[in-house]
Amino acid sequence: MKIIRASIIGFGSVGQGVAQVLLQKKEEIQKKGFDLKVVAVADSRSAAIDEKGLDLEKILKSKKEIGRVGPETLSGLKVIRNVDHEVVIETTPTDIETGGVGLDNMLTAFEKGMDVVTSNKGPLALKYGELAEAAQKNNAKFRFEATVGGAMPAINLIRDSIAGNSIISIEGILNGTCNYILTRMMEEHASYEQMLAESQELGIAETDPTYDVEGIDAACKLVILANYVFGMKATYHDVDVKGITKITPEALSLAQSEGYVIKQIGEVKDGFIQTSPRLVPESHPLAVGGTLNVVSVQTDLAGTVTSTGRGAGSIETASAILSDLISIYRED
Amino acid sequence: MRVSMDIELKDTPGQLLCALTPISELRGNLKSIVHHHEERTPRGTIPVQLVFEAEPDNLDAIIKKLKKNGIGISKVDEKRLIEEGAVILIGHIVHTDIQDTIDSIDRTGYAEVVDISLSMPHINTASSASLKICAVGIKELHEAISILKNIAEKKDLLVVEPIRAEFS
Repeated sequence: MKIIRASIIGFGSVGQGVAQVLLQKKEEIQKKGFDLKVVAVADSRSAAIDEKGLDLEKILKSKKEIGRVGPETLSGLKVIRNVDHEVVIETTPTDIETGGVGLDNMLTAFEKGMDVVTSNKGPLALKYGELAEAAQKNNAKFRFEATVGGAMPAINLIRDSIAGNSIISIEGILNGTCNYILTRMMEEHASYEQMLAESQELGIAETDPTYDVEGIDAACKLVILANYVFGMKATYHDVDVKGITKITPEALSLAQSEGYVIKQIGEVKDGFIQTSPRLVPESHPLAVGGTLNVVSVQTDLAGTVTSTGRGAGSIETASAILSDLISIYRED
Repeated sequence: MRVSMDIELKDTPGQLLCALTPISELRGNLKSIVHHHEERTPRGTIPVQLVFEAEPDNLDAIIKKLKKNGIGISKVDEKRLIEEGAVILIGHIVHTDIQDTIDSIDRTGYAEVVDISLSMPHINTASSASLKICAVGIKELHEAISILKNIAEKKDLLVVEPIRAEFS
């Protein structure tokens, strides 16, 4: 059987989710005609390397108990440079100011002709064009389903399932935290501040919620869609962004009496990207509640195609990464 | 604008054509036609109900041509504002001159604010309002909402408008 050697660069919640999923789905992967052998794992201060394949269970345990993945002090970038393998699973944290270490990791991997599967939005939201070009130049595969809406199929839906359609526009809910807060505000007739506090308590919102509630996270995902689908050269600075912090419970009630819910909706058309609170008819497919994400793609042949699913969570995001890995290497 | 018209036809061949030709000649767009062939008016004519869209300026000419063709017209209802949309406004709506905000739509001549519900929970906190806007067409409704968004931006009000799919 074909053996694919992989590294996991970044071992936070998503990286650990990937390790768990690879352990759990070993047989399923083999049924697709290949064996995935993780030869290196790196987090921000340690690394583990074994050319014969690492014991992921042991690494997960080590991370949990002593906060390190292994004895080495090599950075992720050095692992990519020095350890022979075919695919880099890049799961370092998103940095939307500079692209962070993720950007260097990906560019270096492509220079070496390695494939990249990532959940890291920052580099794509800032330098998609450069990354796509580097991948193409080096004949490397570049997959990033996990960057847009976690487990919800969006990129691969457009690339595979409705291939051949011209995409007219894309609308959707791309941030589970905003969706949760708005859903709960309507249910409880409570203020934004109250429901933000509740979602922080439940771990749905970060201690500093700016990135989610001001629409920045959704804007990054929209940019990735815009660049991938419409070939735009947008960065997240090009997105017209309005967040949910001004929404009042009274506004939600007034909307409801007109048959609407208020949702944070992102919208991409060729040359135009925005995210803002919008009125969605209660019975519309985009009116999903809780932390769910949803995208509606308007096409010329298939009409409107809607996909919904969990937009965050370590296992959910790892699911998207697994599907990208399988789509590259499957031989069934 | 949208016109509903009750007309009466003589029970002879070619009458319906005499009724529809003037509408199409003046670029009216026929939406529905109900032909009550089994019924008769006290005058022995056949009642027909038409709904069509036409330019407001052409309506008089259409009526004139119908009469010239010998078509009886018993009732004409015009509905100028046929598209309706809701928007939500959030912010200091009243203190930023609500009349001026509404006038900005009404002044267009092609759209009007026909309903407003206001909720003001406390003094000094943001109010919320739902506005219903009617317009002569879908393009004009979009135009009206974008005028409202411009005004709202200047007054630091948030406009929550329907998703695009609502308008297609």
